[in-house]
Amino acid sequence: MRLEYFQMVDRVVALDPAGGTVRADCHVPEASPVFEGHFPGHPLLPGVLMIETLAQTGGWLLLARTRFARMVFLAQVREAKLRSFVAPGRALVASARLVHDGSGYAVMEGRLEADGKRVADAELTFRIVAFPTPDLRAQMLDAARRVGVAEEWWDAG
Amino acid sequence: MASTFDTVAGIISETCDIPRESITPESHAINDLGIDSLDFLDVAFAIDKAFGIKMPLEQWTSEVNEGKISSDNYFVLKGLCANIDALVAAKAA
Repeated sequence: MRLEYFQMVDRVVALDPAGGTVRADCHVPEASPVFEGHFPGHPLLPGVLMIETLAQTGGWLLLARTRFARMVFLAQVREAKLRSFVAPGRALVASARLVHDGSGYAVMEGRLEADGKRVADAELTFRIVAFPTPDLRAQMLDAARRVGVAEEWWDAG
Repeated sequence: MASTFDTVAGIISETCDIPRESITPESHAINDLGIDSLDFLDVAFAIDKAFGIKMPLEQWTSEVNEGKISSDNYFVLKGLCANIDALVAAKAA
């Protein structure tokens, strides 16, 4: 994770676009400017970044389902529960499951775990829209390469 | 068994916190009931679940934006319910 760059997912380790599931490894850094403010002398991963981690994990699944033909944006978070503090250095596993694939939107359930224990979960709604710019699509493909989304899911022109 | 309109009106009332009695078959979801795009996603999700369908919202929006059809056809509730009935029938066929 590079918190200050909003790079929450280190590696997509399981991706099943047809089955609607994804799992990703996310290692909380030992140090980040974020921890200087959250909180001074008592660093914790902000809860909003736990939610963002779930959103990005689910987002990789949706991008793969469209083969990067369309972009996904987080639109709604429901039933978010931040169950435990997450300190620097923790290894997190984020997973998401597609609940409903609507027309131009999708609903997913996300779950974040540390050492097999659930630390956060939420229901997430995404808008699925045309890429606003070709450059953003290129950036997303670069990011897909970085997190290990297999090239077989990239093929939309 | 509740009619399509009763089910849809109930969903809108609960999802958007709109008094049930103010929702009629002639209500336009956006112009009359003031449902915004995010609330409409919730409504669509609930309708899709309740009827076991996938409303083609993108196609409908595109047709309206291109001037091919009036928004009343999809967003006035009696029109919306007719379209839902057609989707349910098509699924069962």
